[in-house]
Amino acid sequence: MLTYLRKRIISSGLPLLVVIVGVFALARMTGNPAALYLPLNATEAMREDFAVRNGLDQPIWVQMAQYFGGILRLDFGESMRTGESAGAMALRAFPATLQLAGTTMALAIVLAVIVGSAAALKPNGILDRFSSFLSMTAASIPDFWLAIVGIWVFAITLGWVPTSGVVGMAAWVLPVATLVMRPFGTLVQVVRGAMVSSLSEPYIKLARAKGATQYRVVGAHALRNAAAPGLTVAGDLTVGLVNGAVVVETIFGWPGIGKLMIDSILQRDFAVLQACVLLTAVAIFVLNILIDIGYALLDPRVRPSAGARKRRKARVEHRGQQNGPKAPTTPTTTGSAATAVLDA
Amino acid sequence: MMTEMLEPTAQSDPPTDTVLEVTGLDVDIRTPQGTVRVVSQVSFAARRGQTLALLGESGCGKSMTAKAIAGLLDPVASVAGGTAVLDGQDLNQMNPKQRRAVAGPGLGIVFQDALTALNPVYTIGTQLGEAFRIHRGASKKQAKAEAIDLMRRVGIPEPETRVNSYPHQFSGGMRQRILIAMAVALSPQLLIADEPTTALDVTVQAQIMLLLRKLRTEQQMAVVLITHDLAVVAEEADEVCVMYAGNVVEQGSVDKVFSHPTHPYTKGLLESVPTDAQRGEGLSSIPGSPPELTKIPAGCVYQDRCPLASAICRQERPLLRDTADGQRAACHFAEKVSAAKTDNDDANNVKEEIR
Amino acid sequence: MTQIQDQPVPGKTVKTSVAQRLGRPSMLSMLLRDKFATVAAVILGFVLLTAAFGPSLMGELATNQDLMFMNKAPFDPANGWAYFLGSDSLGRSMLARMVVATQTTLLVAVPAVLVALFLGSLWGVWAGYHRGRRENISMRLADIIMSFPSLLLAVVVLFVFSPSAANIVLILAITRIPIYMRTARAESAELQSRTFVDAARTFGTKPNSIIVRHVIPVVTPTLLTLATLEFCFVMLAESSLSFLGIGIQPPDVSWGLMVAQGRQYLQTAWWLSILPGLAIVITAVAANVLAAWMRIATDPAQRWRLTLDKQAKKDLTAVIKDAK
Repeated sequence: MLTYLRKRIISSGLPLLVVIVGVFALARMTGNPAALYLPLNATEAMREDFAVRNGLDQPIWVQMAQYFGGILRLDFGESMRTGESAGAMALRAFPATLQLAGTTMALAIVLAVIVGSAAALKPNGILDRFSSFLSMTAASIPDFWLAIVGIWVFAITLGWVPTSGVVGMAAWVLPVATLVMRPFGTLVQVVRGAMVSSLSEPYIKLARAKGATQYRVVGAHALRNAAAPGLTVAGDLTVGLVNGAVVVETIFGWPGIGKLMIDSILQRDFAVLQACVLLTAVAIFVLNILIDIGYALLDPRVRPSAGARKRRKARVEHRGQQNGPKAPTTPTTTGSAATAVLDA
Repeated sequence: MMTEMLEPTAQSDPPTDTVLEVTGLDVDIRTPQGTVRVVSQVSFAARRGQTLALLGESGCGKSMTAKAIAGLLDPVASVAGGTAVLDGQDLNQMNPKQRRAVAGPGLGIVFQDALTALNPVYTIGTQLGEAFRIHRGASKKQAKAEAIDLMRRVGIPEPETRVNSYPHQFSGGMRQRILIAMAVALSPQLLIADEPTTALDVTVQAQIMLLLRKLRTEQQMAVVLITHDLAVVAEEADEVCVMYAGNVVEQGSVDKVFSHPTHPYTKGLLESVPTDAQRGEGLSSIPGSPPELTKIPAGCVYQDRCPLASAICRQERPLLRDTADGQRAACHFAEKVSAAKTDNDDANNVKEEIR
Repeated sequence: MTQIQDQPVPGKTVKTSVAQRLGRPSMLSMLLRDKFATVAAVILGFVLLTAAFGPSLMGELATNQDLMFMNKAPFDPANGWAYFLGSDSLGRSMLARMVVATQTTLLVAVPAVLVALFLGSLWGVWAGYHRGRRENISMRLADIIMSFPSLLLAVVVLFVFSPSAANIVLILAITRIPIYMRTARAESAELQSRTFVDAARTFGTKPNSIIVRHVIPVVTPTLLTLATLEFCFVMLAESSLSFLGIGIQPPDVSWGLMVAQGRQYLQTAWWLSILPGLAIVITAVAANVLAAWMRIATDPAQRWRLTLDKQAKKDLTAVIKDAK
């Protein structure tokens, strides 16, 4: 376990460090925040004072050193906009994103397992063809457009749900329905593919030869074998959602980390942006460990005795299959930090 | 009709009652080109405590026959006719529920490739105990105890600790033992062994065959052994069905069929066994290859490779008929084959030679 | 051991005989046999033609403001063909604007896909063929690119450099390179251990020639299929960026931007947002369907499915139906 953790930290740590440094530098390239925060007719003295207060007068490497020193003391700096602690702001926004991601993924997994298994029972059957078209379409609809259509139909025309906000059950319907499409479409294809190959394995015949019912054969024997590849892809999709569904959070006014991130980018609120990137990176690090543990629980062939390397390899291979020739329709974003912003 | 045909042979003294009687079994496969009959009019009987071998090349329909009996045909294949009576009930007439009730207590099957036949994500104990959970409603604890007991019976060392291991943690021979244990878990009357040793090393093969023989005697099962290995048949089986292109071409007791083959195909097979081969001398083999199942000729199925083929073989398909006591063959010239055989001292001793 | 010689399984010969009977099929005839794929190809062809010739025909119309014709509803023949898809808040023809937007959208998506495909594939094949340190460093780099907040990258480019279409192409290409890299590396690493590559090595062929002659031809179909899927993804990404205001900037216009601009008129003029979005969906689904078809058509083990004529297909469906 310790070896595993060490390897995990080394393999995630380097990209994380590069990303933090990169974000730090890139964010400062977007322009001087003084232009945004001070009145147009601000005097030179006001500008200097602003720069000194925010540490912007120092050379960039000094700023960076101060920043890293702060991280060690769990001090992530203050927001230029509100003066609040950036760490606290990120932590406050994060639960909203996690709740949205959790609900969406739970729904996507349940639906995908049902539809994908049903499709796999009769390959090339009507249900199979219908579900493959459905999942293709689900994965092709831009979420911002779907959100707008949802608002137009259900909020404006029918008045069933509110257009934005987080109050009450009804407020969840549109964001979740919008977000669930892509994970659902991708997972249906993965589950279907894994189930088709698992159902054609000899151990399914053996289970039938023992007199197992169809329910037992599909539910216990086939699905359990299809779960590992499903988990890998589901994990990657969750990573994308945890990064914050920027577009959906923006449209529905959902106070999550994605909205906070885009706002702080547009406002040059460097400290908040850095805190957001760091927080999601840590969350994704934890999530990846959970996925690895889940993977080992599901597939005994990659348990610790076989070594963490092998497990990583198996997961990577699953990912490879994902993008490979027989892969389902959508290549998933497999990044670990804020990649999926583009997805969002 | 079969019972009358296959008299108990001299060596098997206990009373031999029929467990499985297959009569006129036909199996069809549907392909884009149309329906192809892959098993045609196969009849045989398996008796308690005895082994019946289905012998033939790959693609001759022997595995398909076994799968048809076990109800495990792939979706594109189906039983087109005939009966398979197990313990007074026709398996082909059963609905899925009745099938499931028979699968396990009535009929066990051992697959060829133990690595893929075992579910990789469950422990051996879970998989061995599954049959007890399904058919006897055993608790998890009881099932595990039964699994340990089974593992001991098939000779797996340290069953108490190994019961929690996963398939990939066993060697090929051990996996095959586990597969056999699974098939005999509920003491079925009939055990179908589909090439149980093909994927194994030669030394392990012998151990597995020994284990099968031991279990057959202990549990008084009827065993249907599917193989392409003449030596295994000579060693293990009491009776043999030689199959060619989906048809049974010769059947009878192993002693008789191997010492006095009455079908040219059987004879060709036995002659292709290298006995007393001299350096520099060519080895005997049957020329040509079996017909594609989509292009089986009218008349005798073996006509293209048969040295005795004549006009009648191209027009009329020979039916299985008695050629000697307890022996039947589908050949217009069975007597001629048989006569040629007795002249040949070498072939006469083939059975001993293979052993 | 005396064993009967194994013969080829009859089932396999059946498949080849179908292919033999029909001869080696051309891609076109295979495409025409799949109705869905044909429709998808026609749609994509239409979109391409629109992008190529549309703007020169309707460019002027797209910028023509007519305040008498504000927010006219679509599908009303009384307004004339130019306003068939309605008009926007400045009275410009939606049809003309969408045609112009088609060009912008494709001029971002297609070059981005091509650049990423070319660079990512070559890099991945090279890394996978040589293995070892070169592979490790390349994959770490890919990890870093993948874990970078591309949104931030987009903003940086937008603020530091000019927010031109070329820069958006650059961002999208860079962020998608790792996708091709991973696939190409996996395939190439697998291929370099194959016997035919070993054979080439024993003849003293140089690594670069082996990569060009033996590895690239094998991985190309997979990567082209991936690129078709990626076209769909990149198009969605561009429209997301434009929607957030950090992609295509007015007065240029892309489908994603049109959706964003129309959003505030959702209550009064739904078509301003819905129609351009529909264009995105239809094009994306078409690309997806075509990719699914390509996956089968370029896989020798599955290609036979597409060679069946109508009758054979009917038979096959009947067979499958029977089997249930």
